[in-house]
Amino acid sequence: MPSLITGNILYLIRGIGVSLEILLSLLVIGFVLGSLIAFAQVYGPNKWYVQGVLRVYDRVLRGVPILILLFTCYFGISGVINIPPMLAAILALGVRSSAYQAQIFRSALQSIPPGQLRAARALGFTQRGAITTFAIPIAFRYAIGPWTNEFSSELKATSLVYVIGVSELMDRANNIVSNAAGHILLVFGVTAFLYLFVNKIGNSLLYALERQIRFPGFEEVAR
Amino acid sequence: MSEILTIDNLWKSYDSEQVLCGISMSLKKGETKVLVGPSGSGKSTLLRCVNRLTAPDGGLVKLAGVEVGEGNVNEIRRRIGFVFQDFNLFLHLTAIENVYVAPVKIKRESKPVARRKAMALLDRVGLADKADAYPAQLSGGQQQRVSIARALSMEPEVMLFDEPTSALDPELTQEVVKVMSDLADDGMTMLVVSHEMGFARDAADEVLFMEKGVIVECGPPEKIFGRPDNVRTKAFLRLISEA
Repeated sequence: MPSLITGNILYLIRGIGVSLEILLSLLVIGFVLGSLIAFAQVYGPNKWYVQGVLRVYDRVLRGVPILILLFTCYFGISGVINIPPMLAAILALGVRSSAYQAQIFRSALQSIPPGQLRAARALGFTQRGAITTFAIPIAFRYAIGPWTNEFSSELKATSLVYVIGVSELMDRANNIVSNAAGHILLVFGVTAFLYLFVNKIGNSLLYALERQIRFPGFEEVAR
Repeated sequence: MSEILTIDNLWKSYDSEQVLCGISMSLKKGETKVLVGPSGSGKSTLLRCVNRLTAPDGGLVKLAGVEVGEGNVNEIRRRIGFVFQDFNLFLHLTAIENVYVAPVKIKRESKPVARRKAMALLDRVGLADKADAYPAQLSGGQQQRVSIARALSMEPEVMLFDEPTSALDPELTQEVVKVMSDLADDGMTMLVVSHEMGFARDAADEVLFMEKGVIVECGPPEKIFGRPDNVRTKAFLRLISEA
C-alpha cells in the first residue's frame, strides 16, 4: 500500500510544481489588476462609468462560482482561438483574484488616517508623490494580513482547475485514485498534506514579512 | 518692510454655511500674528485657505507677490510650513525620517545632507536624542515639536500653526510654546491660530479676534487683551481666561 505513494510521490510533487506555477501567476495578475482597480476606486474620478464599471466587475467576479469562470474562460476562448488549459486556468483565476485583491487594497488605502496625506500635501508633495511615498507603504502594512488569507484561498482554488484538464496536484491525485481503487483516503490524505505544507510555508514567509515591516504603534490592540 | 503674505477679500462657505466673509490681512517679513476667536469662527479654515488645503470660493492669497492658485499650489506649499493641531506625523517613519523625507523626495537633496540638516532641526526643537523614535513612542508635545521641525525642513518663508497646542496637556503645551517663541524671536514670519495667551503676549506683533468669518478687532496684544473695544472680544476673552 505505501508503494502506491512512494511509487507516485515524484508524480505528485511535480503536480505541486504545476499548482505553484498557477498560483504564483494568478497572484501576480490579481496583484497588478487588483491594485490598479483599488487606486481607481479610491483616488480615481468619481464618475459613474468608472466607478460603476468597477463595481460590476467586482460583483460579477466575486459572485460567480469558480467552476463557471473556469469553463467560460476555457471553452469560451477556445471556441475563438486555441488556448492551452493552463493559460485559461491562470487567466480565469487571476482575473477573479484581482477582484478580491482590489477589495483588500481598497480597504487598506481607506484605512490610512487622512491626516497622513494631508500632511504630505501641506509639505508640497503632489498627489502622486504623496501616494507613492506615504499611502503605498502604509497601505501595504494594512493589506498584508488579508493578503495572506487570499494566498491560502487561491492555493486551494488551484485544486479545481483539473476540471479543464490541467495536470496539477489534484488532477494527479485523482488519476492515482482511479487507477488504484480503494485507497482514496490514503491518496487524498497525502495530497491534503502537500497542500497544507505549501500553505504553511507561504504563510510563514508572509508572516515573517509582516513582522519585518511592523513599526511601533501600528495596529496596536487595546486589551 | 515688505509684505510677504497677503490675504485679500477671502470668502469660503461649506454647503449653506458662510465660514469666511471677505477676510483681508497681511504679514510682513518677520511678523507674528495670532488669530483668536470662538470655535467655528473660521480661523482654521482661513489657515487652510492660505495654502489651499481648502480651496477658497473667492478672493486671493499672495506669497511674496505671487498669487496662489491651482497651478502653483505645490510650489507655494513648499514655501509655507504648516503645523497641524493633531501633529499628523508620518506614523511609519522615525522622527528624523519625518524631518528629512520632504527635502529628499521633493528637493532631491542627498540623504546624508538632508539627514544632517534634519538632525540640526531636531536639536533646535530639543529632540536630537529622539531622532530614531517612532511617533507612537513620543509624547504629544514631542510629536508636535517634531512636526514643527518637519515643517521647517523645507526652509519655509512663512509658518502657519493651526491650534498647535490644543491637543496637548498644559504641561506639554509649554515645551511647544517655547519652540514657537524661539522661532518668532529668530525672525520667522508666523500666522498662529491659538488660545495661548502667554504666547500671544510674548511673541505676537498683532492679535486678531475673529468671529463668524469676520475679523472683528485687531491690535497689539496688550491692547486686545488689556482693553479691547469690541464687546464680543471682551466676552470671549473673559471666557478663555476663566477656562
